[in-house]
Amino acid sequence: MAAKQNTSHNHFPWSHIVGFVLSIVLTIVALWFALHTNFSVKAKLIIIFIFAFLQAVLQLLMFMHIKEGSKGIQTGTMIYAAFIAITVAAGSVWVMAMPGMYHDMPMDKKKHNSHERHEKHNMEHDGHNMSDMDMGSNK
Amino acid sequence: MEHSEKYDSNTPLEYQSEQGRLNILGFWVFLGAEVALFSTLFGTYLVLMHRNAGGPMLTDLFELKGVLIETFLLLASSFTCGLAIHEMRRNNQKGLVVWMIITLLLGLGFLGFEIDEFISYVGEGASLQTSAALSGFFVLVGTHGLHVTMGVGWIICILIQVASRGLTPVTTRKLFISSLYWHFLDFVWIFIFTAVYLTGWVMM
Repeated sequence: MAAKQNTSHNHFPWSHIVGFVLSIVLTIVALWFALHTNFSVKAKLIIIFIFAFLQAVLQLLMFMHIKEGSKGIQTGTMIYAAFIAITVAAGSVWVMAMPGMYHDMPMDKKKHNSHERHEKHNMEHDGHNMSDMDMGSNK
Repeated sequence: MEHSEKYDSNTPLEYQSEQGRLNILGFWVFLGAEVALFSTLFGTYLVLMHRNAGGPMLTDLFELKGVLIETFLLLASSFTCGLAIHEMRRNNQKGLVVWMIITLLLGLGFLGFEIDEFISYVGEGASLQTSAALSGFFVLVGTHGLHVTMGVGWIICILIQVASRGLTPVTTRKLFISSLYWHFLDFVWIFIFTAVYLTGWVMM
C-alpha cells in the first residue's frame, strides 16, 4: 500500500500536464457548445454540466491524487459529497419549478412598480406582454 | 491491514506518519463539507437566478472576456500548485517555493479580475441588495472569492514556515493539505463557470 502511494515523483509530471491540457479543452468545448451551437437549451445544459463533472473528476484524479492515502475513504467521501450536492442543488431547482412555486407569483404588480426605473429592460423583455399584464392587474 | 512503519523512499514525507495520514484524510472530510456548503449556495442561486425584480439581468452584466481570464488564471494556478507539490516530493524546496509563489500570483490575479467584475456590476446599479438573483450571485461567487483570499493568506503563512524549517514531515503535510484546498477552489470554480456563466448565456 505505502509503496503504491507515489511512485512517480521523480519523473516528469505527466498527470498534471495531461490534466491541465484536458481541463483547458473541456472548458473551451463547453463554452463553444453554450455559445455557438444550435442545440435546444435543455440539451446544451445537459452537455455543459457533463463537461463540468468530467473536469471536476479530472481535477480530483490528476491534481488532487484522490486515490493515494486511505483505502478509498477519500473517494467515498467525495462521492457522498457529490450525492448531497446534486440532491440539494438539483432538488431545489426541481421543487421550485413545481406549479404554484414560481410562475404564479404576483409578478405583474412588481413590474408596474419598477417599470419606470428600468424602462430599457422592460422594453426588451416584457414590452410585448405589457398589454396582457395591464389587463391582468386591472381585474 | 497491518500498520507498517517501514516505507520505501518513494513514500512522500507527508504520508510517513500516522498523524500526517489522518490529517490528510480529515481534510478530505472537510472538503466534503465544503461541497455541501457550496451546494446550498448553488441551489439558492439556481432557484433565484430569474428573479431580477425589474433590475439589471445577470446575463446583461456578464462579460465573456473577464470570465474567461478568471477561469484560466485559476485553472493555471491549480496546475502550478500541482507542480509545486511535485517538486516538494522530489525534495526540491526551491522549486516548491517558486511554483507556490507563481500559484499565489495567479490567485491574486484571479481576485483582481473578480473584484473588478464586482465593482463594474455595482457601478451598473447591480449590487447585493438589488434583487434576489443578484444576492444569490454575489453570495455564491463572493464566498468562493473569500475562499481564494483565505487560501492566499494560508499558503503565505506556510511558505514562511517552510523558509525557516525546511521540508519536514510537518511542513510537507501542511503544504500538501493547502494544495488540496487550492485545487478545491478550482474544483468549485468549474461549477460556478458552468452553473452561473455558461448557464446564463445558454438561457439568455
